[in-house]
Amino acid sequence: MSEGNSDRSADLASAVKILPEFRGESSWEVAKEKIPELMAALKKEGFNYLADLTGVDNQGEDPRFEVVYELADLSARRFLRVKTKVAEREAVPSVSSIWRTAEWHEREAWDMVGIRFSGHPDLRRILMWDGYPHHPLRKDFPLEGLSTEMPDIAFTAKAPLEGGPFVTSPAALSQDREPRAHPAEERSL
Amino acid sequence: MNPLATTLEVGDVLARTAEGSTVVGNEDIGEKLVLNLGPSHPSTHGVLRLVLELDGEVITKADPDIGYLHRGDEKIAENMTWNQFVPYTDRLDYLAPLANNVAYACAVEKLMGYELPPRAKTTRVICCELARISAHLLGLGAFAMDVGAMTMFLYTFTEREKIYNLIELLTGARFTTSFTRVGGQTRDLPPGFLEGVREFSQQFVGKLEEFGKMLNRNRIFVDRTKDLGVISSELALDFGLTGPNLRGSGNDYDVRRYFPYLGYEKFDFDVPVGQVGDCYDRFAVRMEEMKQSVKILQQAIEKMPGGPWMVQDPKNVLPPKDKVLTKMEELIHQFLVVTQGPDAPVGEVYFGAENPKGELGFYLNSRGGGVPYRLKIRAPSFCNLSILSHLIPGHTVSDVPAILGSLDFVMGECDR
Repeated sequence: MSEGNSDRSADLASAVKILPEFRGESSWEVAKEKIPELMAALKKEGFNYLADLTGVDNQGEDPRFEVVYELADLSARRFLRVKTKVAEREAVPSVSSIWRTAEWHEREAWDMVGIRFSGHPDLRRILMWDGYPHHPLRKDFPLEGLSTEMPDIAFTAKAPLEGGPFVTSPAALSQDREPRAHPAEERSL
Repeated sequence: MNPLATTLEVGDVLARTAEGSTVVGNEDIGEKLVLNLGPSHPSTHGVLRLVLELDGEVITKADPDIGYLHRGDEKIAENMTWNQFVPYTDRLDYLAPLANNVAYACAVEKLMGYELPPRAKTTRVICCELARISAHLLGLGAFAMDVGAMTMFLYTFTEREKIYNLIELLTGARFTTSFTRVGGQTRDLPPGFLEGVREFSQQFVGKLEEFGKMLNRNRIFVDRTKDLGVISSELALDFGLTGPNLRGSGNDYDVRRYFPYLGYEKFDFDVPVGQVGDCYDRFAVRMEEMKQSVKILQQAIEKMPGGPWMVQDPKNVLPPKDKVLTKMEELIHQFLVVTQGPDAPVGEVYFGAENPKGELGFYLNSRGGGVPYRLKIRAPSFCNLSILSHLIPGHTVSDVPAILGSLDFVMGECDR
């Protein structure tokens, strides 16, 4: 081990914030700039399986979005969650060069939540069609959908909700639409 | 003499053709053909669209296009209580709805911090293994049919019918079971169910051997699957493949073994792995897995414990129906749990379960209350399909149905 190497790992260790354990799962939080370095180190450490990658929209917080990585070390049977925050117009460094499964997961996070990933080889939409203008899993996207200006490409009208299993009134935010959603003061926890 | 005959000698024609063929064989001139396979094509098992670029019959590029069955399940989940989402899990991997119900309920129970009573656990093990056999049977039948062995499909469907009868006895529905609730199941095991499962498992072993013989020695089937679509163990894990597709490549990762849940650590079963990682190995792993599922089923029947089959947490778990109709307390609890949902703590969990197609994971992000803030479904078919653009190039068009069949995916789960 060279001097520079241990310096860097100490630097990396100080960048990681260890979150309180919940239900036996450990979570780390790290600044998005440190993601490639930390992930490469974790893979070297034995975390060879990226189980999942999720984008979360924490509307009203700054930075707004969060990327959640679920890692597993199969030989040691360990599990680790790594989280990083990202603002609306910023990009998270892609980890698709470390685990190739991240390629589709990151495309999905971009498609559904609108989180950009820098260094991704092919950041296209994956579930919605090319050219679709919205990101449906954002909290300001209503359940009934939004109409788009591309009538020839795909079905773009709002979905009829009346008479459905969960009748909601159209409004900007899901908590206003959905009476069962928790009240505002609880949400700010 | 006809002047035409003198100018067009047979030898001339042959020479010209030979000359032409050398020109066509030149790589600079050959034209690439783009072929759209799907979204509506029998071998794509649903609505997978593959954009293939062909050089002659060899595929040079493959771009899977998914999303045709996207229904926004994750968005819908954010707008309903925890229990209301159970019917949506039926429609993920619609070939194994019971296993999805169990995986989802286990994920929410992890968030709630529940420890299930033993009877509920063993009931769920039976659910998972029945679903696994049923899903593998369909996967197998469809795979065999895709490569030309039509009979297999009819045989496997006869067996699936028996499982459907058992599932109907258990849940009241054949297909969309919605059997689990947070903290347990909708009902206890009905009388005669365990006997039915025992009867099924006893006769199924013999059937499984018949199925094996029908395909193992089927020259066409073996020729079309051996050494085809080879995935190395490292590559499989790199692309996040799980389930029989990963184990076919020699990696023995099985969630039931590595991160046991529902008391799977107490069951005696083997995890079969392949050696080559080709289509045939993935088929063989599924065959063996069904045998192991039968083994688990028989153990579960033997040691089915008595006692409660729901968690005791009256404020958050649905009370027994007979008490709801006669007791005030239970009526109030029923009303609260149904209208507001189980009161989940603030926090986030990830729970992965070994489903027929691979690891079905749920990432739950709760901010308290009866509604998820974010629910992410880690669908095994989604990850299993991501390898296609890497795997298919170099194969011929006729290999594509065999590769797709061996990956055994479900688009309902992939597109969510």
